[in-house]
Amino acid sequence: MRVIDVSQITEAIAKLCIEANYELPDDVYQALKEALEKEKSPVGKAVLSMILENAELARQRVAPICQDCGLAVVFLEIGQEVHFTGGSLKEAIYEGVRKGYKEGYLRKSTCHPFTRANVGDNTPPVIHYDIVPGDKVRIVVAPKGGGSENMSMVTMLKPADGLEGVIETVVNRVKEAGGNPCPPIIVGVGVGGTFERSAFLAKKALLRPVGKPNPDVELAKVEQEILERINKLGIGPMGWGGTVTALAVHFEMEPVHIASLPCAVNINCHVARHKEIII
Amino acid sequence: MGDVIRLTTPLTDEDILKLKAGDNVLISGVIYTGRDAAHKRMIEALEKGEELPFDVKGQIIYYVGPSPARPGRPVGAAGPTTSYRMNPYAPKLIALGLKGMIGKGKMSQEVKEHCQKYKAVYFGAVGGCGALLSQRIKKAEIIAYEDLGPEAVRRLEVEDFPVIVVYDAHGGDLEEMGIKEYRVEG
Ligand code: SF4
Repeated sequence: MRVIDVSQITEAIAKLCIEANYELPDDVYQALKEALEKEKSPVGKAVLSMILENAELARQRVAPICQDCGLAVVFLEIGQEVHFTGGSLKEAIYEGVRKGYKEGYLRKSTCHPFTRANVGDNTPPVIHYDIVPGDKVRIVVAPKGGGSENMSMVTMLKPADGLEGVIETVVNRVKEAGGNPCPPIIVGVGVGGTFERSAFLAKKALLRPVGKPNPDVELAKVEQEILERINKLGIGPMGWGGTVTALAVHFEMEPVHIASLPCAVNINCHVARHKEIII
Repeated sequence: MGDVIRLTTPLTDEDILKLKAGDNVLISGVIYTGRDAAHKRMIEALEKGEELPFDVKGQIIYYVGPSPARPGRPVGAAGPTTSYRMNPYAPKLIALGLKGMIGKGKMSQEVKEHCQKYKAVYFGAVGGCGALLSQRIKKAEIIAYEDLGPEAVRRLEVEDFPVIVVYDAHGGDLEEMGIKEYRVEG
């Protein structure tokens, strides 16, 4: 058994919230650079150059990459041999979010659903716990912007709709979203289990390094096909026309109920933030 | 891309009429911020016959909720938010003389028509470029609804703030043009 004081979790979460909002991950940066090469539209190229320049400025701590510093989505993989002491793990995570968003000059974006009153400290985060073998704790913080999250969806297709139905759903969703989610986007697709499991898979798909294909060759082909269809839509960077609408499509699949074909599409903007640490 | 057009606020009908969808524009002068919650309050104020926090005539509203300013800076990251959420409010403000909105994504047909009827323009700024755009903001001051935090109405002084014309006052639409040009059938 390994003992970990929860204060360590608070510190780690705070640091990850700040780093995620100022340092665009290298894989995303590289994908954007390649997009700049590929993009045919001059307007689109200008947008991509600006995005790359912005990433540099944020890295120098001029300001966060985006003013929407996201709702903090936290993934925790906890080794089953770990024992937490020093207080509530959940409270420690909340405290980490409070601290990170305050000390990092990050925008607090959580509010009451109807009065719209700002909570003031960006809590509550969305936390996904997973218990895994071992004595380590892996934490991923993925702040998620509202603009792209608003363009996401879960739909319950009929089994007869099949793979083609899923592909249609994804492509149509991206088409309707147009410039709203700040393209070039990364598209997470989740098909599996129940309603909420699909949504979770689609979210998790966004954590994969950009463009890293699904290890299943057939699924990797589907990812490629959806990506090609999306990039034929002509939406382009910021929706102002162009050949690069999406940087990648990540598809995650699991078995479903015999009556169902749940399909989730989680769209991420080019500010695809995620930072991780292993304690 | 064509030449860059420089504009200084407040804007006149003449300024607006020479703009075409796809034009790159650098804006200097004063612009105002407002997003969902501030718009809701402004429209409620109008319905009650109250004054708006600023006179919208000739002005530009930037759909943005900046992040907190780091010490020594006037404002934090300040890129555009998605504009369609302001669809219910924008036409009323355009009818009152608002000349421009800055945001991202599509707006409604009604907004487009109001741009033509009242000579206004919908500008797009690059989303997710908050750090870069913040450098073009020289001063920021909250002028109303401070309790709304990031959504408070701010008066910004900008210099060469880069935008592109998305809807012009002649019915031009950059998104439509762009998609038509780059869409591949099949
Ligand atoms: S969609 Fe992403 S890049 Fe665009 S404003 Fe929101 S968080 Fe920023």
